[in-house]
Amino acid sequence: MSINWFKYSSPQTFFPLAGKLALVFGALAIAACAVGLYIGFFVAPTDAQQGESYRIIFIHVPAAWMSMFLYVVMALWAGIGLGFNTRLSGMMASAIAPTGALFTFIALWTGSLWGKPTWGTWWVWDARLTSELILLFLYFGFIALQASIDDPRRADKAGALLALVGVINVPIIYFSVKWWNTLHQGASVSLTKSPSMATTMLTAMLIMTFGFWFYGIAAVLLRARCIMLERERGSEWAAQYAKAAA
Amino acid sequence: MGGAVREGGGVSWGSLDSFLAMGGYGLYVWGSYAVTLVLIVAELVLLAKRRRSAVGRIR
Repeated sequence: MSINWFKYSSPQTFFPLAGKLALVFGALAIAACAVGLYIGFFVAPTDAQQGESYRIIFIHVPAAWMSMFLYVVMALWAGIGLGFNTRLSGMMASAIAPTGALFTFIALWTGSLWGKPTWGTWWVWDARLTSELILLFLYFGFIALQASIDDPRRADKAGALLALVGVINVPIIYFSVKWWNTLHQGASVSLTKSPSMATTMLTAMLIMTFGFWFYGIAAVLLRARCIMLERERGSEWAAQYAKAAA
Repeated sequence: MGGAVREGGGVSWGSLDSFLAMGGYGLYVWGSYAVTLVLIVAELVLLAKRRRSAVGRIR
């Protein structure tokens, strides 16, 4: 069995597929978040040190992971677009940026609300927090730069350069707690050590990560569909879709 | 300000009040969850609007 993947690299064939996939991933996101929140609030025990405030990590850690992951995927699509000049790649990179910024903001916001009762401060300029804030500005910079250039192909190229240069910030965020002496704690989950938290807490966090991941895919696909309609509004397939959607 | 009581692999909050109080961290916990929910709903609403306006410009 062979699937012709190149078939889906053109907007008109990817558009309906993206619509179906967005529905599937949206449903999966709701299911995963429902299960994750149930375990997080009704199965996972109270933390011995932090009390109930630790329950913020069920969204904080998944959002922080997604903020970094989405940036890497965005830079990857941008790089592919730059190298191969494929139409869809630039659209995908543009579609990812706002959702990436959303998760970055959620990571910062929930981190702040966790930090106040735990550290006694909403914010410190330590390496982890500062580099995550820089990530938010990179997303905003990417969006603003693309918005400032009228020609979409040129906007894609300029955005791609910014995205690729900025990708250096992702390992800095990830390893910041190792490289510098930060107030932020070390990694909650690592491949080399057994996790430092109760199994049910970890389970809730991982299921929420899948939930956020599925949501991210759905939101990005929905936005990619908007971008395809905007950029290809003169085409036959877009006209047909608009007629059917009326 | 009752926290959760652990009982055989699960937690029992006892009452809705104690669930909402989150052991005194209610503002922080619900402040996190509420903003996350609002932003996600806002993103979906904006996406629906953007799709409608894109379709509108084609016709």
